[in-house]
Amino acid sequence: MTVIVKNLKLALPPGGDRTYAVDDVSFELSAGKILCVVGESGSGKSMCAHALMGLLPDAVTAESGEILFEGKNLLSLSPAEWLALRGRGIAMVFQEPMTALNPLMRIGEQIAEMFEAHGLLTPKERQQKALALIREVGLPDPERAVRAYPHQLSGGQRQRAMIAMALALEPAVLVADEPTTALDVTTQAQILKLIRDLQRRRNMAVMFITHDFGVVAEIADRVVVLQHGKVVEQGTADEVLLRAQHPYTRALLAAVPTLQPPQRASLLDRSKAVEVVGLGKTYVSGGGWFRSERRVQAAKDVSFDIFRGETLGLVGESGSGKSSVARLVMRLIEPDAGTVRIGDIDLTRIGGKALREQRRRIQMVFQDPFASLNPRRKVGNIITDGPIAHGVDPAAARKRAGELLSLVGLSASAMERFPHEFSGGQRQRIGIARALALDPEILVADEAVSALDVSVQAQVLELLEDLKARLGLSMLFITHDLRVAAQICDRIAVMQHGAIVELKSAALLFAAPEHAYTRELLSAVPGQTSSSKAA
Amino acid sequence: MISFIAQRIAKAVIVLLALVVLNFFLIRMAPGDPAVVMAGEAGAGDQLFIAQLREKFGLDQPLPVQLFLYVKGILSLDLGFSFRQQMPVSKLILDRLPATLLLTGTAFAISLLFGILFGALAARFAGTWADTAITIAALIFYATPLFWVALMAILLFSVTMDWLPSFGYETVGAGYTGLAHVLDVAAHLILPATTIGLFFMATYARMTRASMLEVNRLDFVKTARAKGLSDAVIQRRHVLRNALLPVVTLAGLQAGTLVGGAVLTETVFAWPGIGRLMYEALLQRDYNLLLGVFVVCSAMVLAFNLITDLVYRSVDPRIEFAS
Repeated sequence: MTVIVKNLKLALPPGGDRTYAVDDVSFELSAGKILCVVGESGSGKSMCAHALMGLLPDAVTAESGEILFEGKNLLSLSPAEWLALRGRGIAMVFQEPMTALNPLMRIGEQIAEMFEAHGLLTPKERQQKALALIREVGLPDPERAVRAYPHQLSGGQRQRAMIAMALALEPAVLVADEPTTALDVTTQAQILKLIRDLQRRRNMAVMFITHDFGVVAEIADRVVVLQHGKVVEQGTADEVLLRAQHPYTRALLAAVPTLQPPQRASLLDRSKAVEVVGLGKTYVSGGGWFRSERRVQAAKDVSFDIFRGETLGLVGESGSGKSSVARLVMRLIEPDAGTVRIGDIDLTRIGGKALREQRRRIQMVFQDPFASLNPRRKVGNIITDGPIAHGVDPAAARKRAGELLSLVGLSASAMERFPHEFSGGQRQRIGIARALALDPEILVADEAVSALDVSVQAQVLELLEDLKARLGLSMLFITHDLRVAAQICDRIAVMQHGAIVELKSAALLFAAPEHAYTRELLSAVPGQTSSSKAA
Repeated sequence: MISFIAQRIAKAVIVLLALVVLNFFLIRMAPGDPAVVMAGEAGAGDQLFIAQLREKFGLDQPLPVQLFLYVKGILSLDLGFSFRQQMPVSKLILDRLPATLLLTGTAFAISLLFGILFGALAARFAGTWADTAITIAALIFYATPLFWVALMAILLFSVTMDWLPSFGYETVGAGYTGLAHVLDVAAHLILPATTIGLFFMATYARMTRASMLEVNRLDFVKTARAKGLSDAVIQRRHVLRNALLPVVTLAGLQAGTLVGGAVLTETVFAWPGIGRLMYEALLQRDYNLLLGVFVVCSAMVLAFNLITDLVYRSVDPRIEFAS
C-alpha cells in the first residue's frame, strides 16, 4: 500500500451545519491503481484530498485517525517536512486550470519552480526538464508552450500543463481534485486518457476526486462513495458500479441520466411556438482608431423551429455559440441577420414598449443559481417584480408567487427569505418560479442544471418535464451534457463554431448520428460501457 | 508597441489641446481684469493707462483671437509672456520644474516603497497587532490634511528639535558646492517629501494589504503550496506580483496629479516649485503664467498615464499590444 488513510476525522469549526467534514474515513491508495472518491457537493471528498497534501483550511483540524505514507503519519508532520513532501512525494492537480496557474508566469517557469522548490537541478536543466515534461503530456508545439502564459492556452492545454507540473518530481501519489469537471466532454476524454496512461507508465497511485459516475466508470480501479463525510460504500469499480449495496450509491447511480432517450411522440404536427430563421451574430472586439478588429462568429445562419409543447435541445462545446443563440432568441443581444418569430410577432423588428410587452412570452432560466438571483432582494420580490412591471396588481402577484413556489416544490413562506438561505437546487427552483411568473409560452434554459449535483439535477429535470406537460410550455434547452439532453429533449440541435451541424429527434440522433462532430461528441461521453451495463 | 505609443501620444496631444481651450475660457470667465489690477499697482487708475495696458498685452482683442494666438504659440512650444514677472512663461516654469520634480519624485518613491512594504507586512500578519498598528497609522495619515501634517512636522523637527531646516530649497547664501550642496538640498527635502509621501504611502499600504489578502485566496496560491514552495517565496513571487497590479494603476493615476498637487506643501515649506508658482500666479491674476502651469501639469498627467499603461502592460502579460 502506498497510502493508508485510517479512521480519519476532520473537525469543522463549531457552529456549522455539521461537526465533522470527514468522519471516520478509511481507504487505501496502491501503486498503479486509481481510486475514485465520489460524492456530491459537501460530501467531504475535497477535504480528504487536501488532508493528503496538508492543505486543509486553517479552520479545519484533524481530530483523530492517521494518514500513513512511507512509514510516517502525515498528520504529525512538521511544516518543514510538509514542504519536503509536497510535490515530491504527493502531487496534486486542481479543478480549474485557469485559476490554478499563476497568470503572470510563463508555463515553463511554473513547471521549473517544482524543481526549484526542492533545490534540484540548475536553472538551465530545470528549463530542459520542463520542456521534456510538456512533451510527455502531449502539449502541441512544446517550445512555444514553455514560453506561453496560461491565458494563451486552451482549457485542456492548461490542464495538461498542470499535470506536467504535478509529474515533474515523479511523485508516488497523484491527487486529482475534479481535474476534468471544468472541461468540455471531448477534452475531458483526452485528459482522462492522459492520466490513465501516465499512471500506468509511472506506476503511480492516483486519488481521483469526482462527482461524475461516468468518469468513475471510465477510469476507476477502486471506488469510495462518500456521503456527509462518511464512507457509505467502497470496493472495486465493478462491485460499486454494477452491484452497489448501499441505497445512497444506488440512488446516485440511478440519478445518472442514461444516453438512451425515452420514447417520445413526435410533435411536428403541432403549431410553431418559435420560428428562428437565418440568425447571424458576429462579435467584433477591438477596432477604433488604430486597432485591427477581432471577429468571432457566434451564430452563422442558425434556423430552427420549436413546436408547441416541445423541448428543443441545443448541444455543443464551450464557444460553439449555444448561449449566444439563446440570448438572440430572447433578444438580449441584437442579431446581425435573421428573424425570431413568436406566433405572428417578429421579435427582431419591434422595440420599446412593444418589445417589453412581448418579453413576457419568453422567459429564461440561468445556469448559475447563485449569481442569477439578486442577493439583496427577498424571494417574493424577485418573483413578483416581473408581473408587477407588466401591470399586475401587487397583491395578486404575491398570491400567484405563493402558488408558483408550491408548484416548484417550495413552501410559500420562502417569499420572506433571501436567496442565500437556500441550497443550489432550491435556488434553481426559485429561478424557475421567477421565469414562470409571467406565464410565458416559451422557456429558455441555459445550462439550467449544469451547476447542480446529480440527484438534485434529476429532481429539477423532473420538475421541468412536469411543468412542461402541465402548462404546455415549449422549451429551448441549452446544455453541454448529452446525457441530460437525451433525457429531456424531443429534438436536439448540435452546434459547432456557431452553426447547427445536425438537427433531428433525440432518439434518431443517438441511434444514428450523421455528422462527424456529433459522433465525436457522443463517443467522448464518459462511462458509456458501464452505464449500459448498469442499465 | 511603437505603434501603440504613437497612437497614445497622438490621442494625448488632442486631449491636451482640448484642455488648453477649456482652461483658457475658464480663466477668462473668472471675475477681475488683470489690466485694472496692474494699473492699480502702478498707482495710475485712469482709463487711458488701462487701455494702453490692454493693448500692450493683447487683452483688447476678441476672445477667439486671443485663443487662436495662444494655441498657435503653444504648438510652437511658446507658452506666452508673463507681464507680471516680465519673463517668458516657459522660462519661469522651467526654472521651477526641477525643484518640483525632485520633491514629488522623492515623495512618490518613498510612498511606493514604504507603502508596499507596510501593506505586505500587514497582509502577511493579518489579524495580529502589527496589522492593526499599520492599518491605524495608515488611516491617520490618510485622514489628516497635508498642510497640518506639514505644520506639525515643522514645529517638531525644526522649531523644537532643530534637526531639519523648515523652509526653502537650500541654505541661502551658504554657497555650498559639491557633496555639501547635495546634502544641504537633501536636508531641506526630507520634511516636505515625507509630508507628501505619508499620505500616498497610506493609500498604497491599504491597497497592497487588501489586494494581497484577496490574491492569497486564489487557486494558484494553493498550487504553489502544493509544489512545496516556502511561504516567503509564495508571498513574494506569486502573491505580491499579482497583488501589485491594482497598486500600479492607482500609483500611475496619482503620479501625474502629484506634480500640480503639491501646491499646499510647497507653500507651507516655501519650496520654490511649480505649485508655489501657480499659487503666486493665481494671487496676481497672471493669466498666461497660470495657463502655462496648467498646460504643463496636464501634460504631466497625460505622460504619467502613458507610462502607467506601459508599465502595466509589461507586468501583466494578459494585456497585449494591439498590432
